[in-house]
Amino acid sequence: MDKENSLTKIPHQILEEVQKAGVETEGKNRSATFLHLNQETIAAKVNEFYEGKLELMDTKAALKKYPWLENYRWKLVSKDKDEYTKKVAEEYSGGYFIHILPGAEISFPLQSCLLITQRNLEQRVHNIIIAEENSKAHIITSCLQHSSVPKAAHLGISEIYVKKGAMLNFTMIHQWSENTLVRPRTGAEVQDNAAFISNYVCMRPVRDIQMYPVAYCSGKESRASFNSILYGHKDSHLDIGSKAVLTGSASKAEMISRAIAREGSEMIIRGMIEGDNPDCKGHLECRGLVMDDKSFMQSIPELIAKKKGVEITHEAAVGKISEKEIAYLMTRKLSREQAVSLIIRGFMDVRILGLPDSLESEIKRIVEWSAKAD
Amino acid sequence: MDILEVKDLSVKVEGKLILKGLNFSLKEGASHILFGPNGSGKTTLIGALMGLPEYEVTSGKILFQGTDITNASTDERAKLGMVVGFQNPPEITGVKLGDLLKLCLGKPVSDDFSPEELKQIEAFRLNSFLNRNVNLGFSGGERKRSEILQLIFLKPKLLLLDEPDSGVDVESLRMIASEIQRYVENSGSSALIITHKGDILDYIKAKYGCILLNGKFHCFTNPMRIYEDIKRLGYEECVSCRIRTDEGWRNNNGQRK
Repeated sequence: MDKENSLTKIPHQILEEVQKAGVETEGKNRSATFLHLNQETIAAKVNEFYEGKLELMDTKAALKKYPWLENYRWKLVSKDKDEYTKKVAEEYSGGYFIHILPGAEISFPLQSCLLITQRNLEQRVHNIIIAEENSKAHIITSCLQHSSVPKAAHLGISEIYVKKGAMLNFTMIHQWSENTLVRPRTGAEVQDNAAFISNYVCMRPVRDIQMYPVAYCSGKESRASFNSILYGHKDSHLDIGSKAVLTGSASKAEMISRAIAREGSEMIIRGMIEGDNPDCKGHLECRGLVMDDKSFMQSIPELIAKKKGVEITHEAAVGKISEKEIAYLMTRKLSREQAVSLIIRGFMDVRILGLPDSLESEIKRIVEWSAKAD
Repeated sequence: MDILEVKDLSVKVEGKLILKGLNFSLKEGASHILFGPNGSGKTTLIGALMGLPEYEVTSGKILFQGTDITNASTDERAKLGMVVGFQNPPEITGVKLGDLLKLCLGKPVSDDFSPEELKQIEAFRLNSFLNRNVNLGFSGGERKRSEILQLIFLKPKLLLLDEPDSGVDVESLRMIASEIQRYVENSGSSALIITHKGDILDYIKAKYGCILLNGKFHCFTNPMRIYEDIKRLGYEECVSCRIRTDEGWRNNNGQRK
């Protein structure tokens, strides 16, 4: 089957929402495009310029083509982890396999989109990313449910391998709806001198999301960063965390999250750094704003040291917007509302994601559009 | 003509009475220097005049150009033309100085600075700070330069400056003070400047000065004179001489009787 077709299958109004979630529908300034609609992969296309540097295909197709890929499947996420992994192990509709070839430097981001337009669907996908030695790439993946769909679920397994000397920047943007149940399960392996940057942006309301990606920094001088910008509103329930296990010598982990809870949202922000090597280092930072009495926020940082010499720190602050900052901006002729909105926009600072300029301004547009749209 | 008139103003901070029935007025088109030891209530006075939340006015009235602003919000006062330069401005994570400066100019953040505005930013040596978070990691001098530039961009009628000279080096002081003087002179606006030091008087032309001690005003006279006396005698001794009137500048025009 030819999977190289464009996104013409998608109705116009859905396409618009896809664009708002960061998908460049013409594929301009993108190295490759993947789209999984409901239970079918409808596009998996590498931009001509990048042929020979990366491969992109549906996971099921990839497993057929490359039997060796089985060695990468269910290795970083356990099949029996919970009811959701078990369900995906039983049956799934595909997902993406992204293969960045050795030494390839992919300057334009690779984009992927997982989309639900069918009511009551439980979308199950299994994604595998392999960044080969000394490669360098940015991936931006958007997951969304079309606003006309009343209820749906998304279960997604992702296994990510960042090999020696590689750098992988993985940005995930979630635009679910008030009726989506979301259960991603992600594991990443970071080898010698490799860097894995995992960014997560969740701006639209979501019924219930729970995720806890884990990075295993087993390589010497391996690095993992988890950055998240979370905007919980309209009774959203978010339980978002990340975990880094530092076993490699001089391995490092950093976690930064910015969270806003309002309109009855409940948010639990977790972070765990486990130091299991004498010269590993980690830092965890969580800042949260609670905007009303109906909302709830809990920050749970966990720092574990298993060897002498481990150095892990954290700082966390949850609470209200500083009155001093509001008053300061009001002395500059801003109304109270203008001051609050300026602080909130600044608080959700996309610069923490460490993206290249053009991608950073794209994500910034998404964040500002979402914050305005409610 | 007075730009600001304060009648019987008492102010509490965290339940404690700091200012006790102050009466004074500020003249239009003139700079006024306010001296006073640490803890005498100078910052409280400026905060209360600007309507900042932690300062509770328990009695009295504040009139700005004849309008009662005692209960006006801070942004209303700012829009009328009152601004404050903070001694310790807060750090605002995620808000860029460049954006704040544009808001001070009254333009949307998506607009560009005009060439004249850019020239002014350069004169304040802040061009490399436009993309930085407001005050985050700024040195003392950088904070003060940023404060004063914001104020000038706001085009105020009355500047309330809380120790614009503290924590700055000699060169920055000269720059800041000369810019304040230039703005006040060109625009015909008024200023109330809190200071501990006399150096700023080398650049700012002010003939009105006074001392705030224990929540009360004393010694309305020429600021240079006050500064000399404070240096020689200290605050307590200085206000106890009672040679000068305490009825305000209105009656003695800054001249010693």
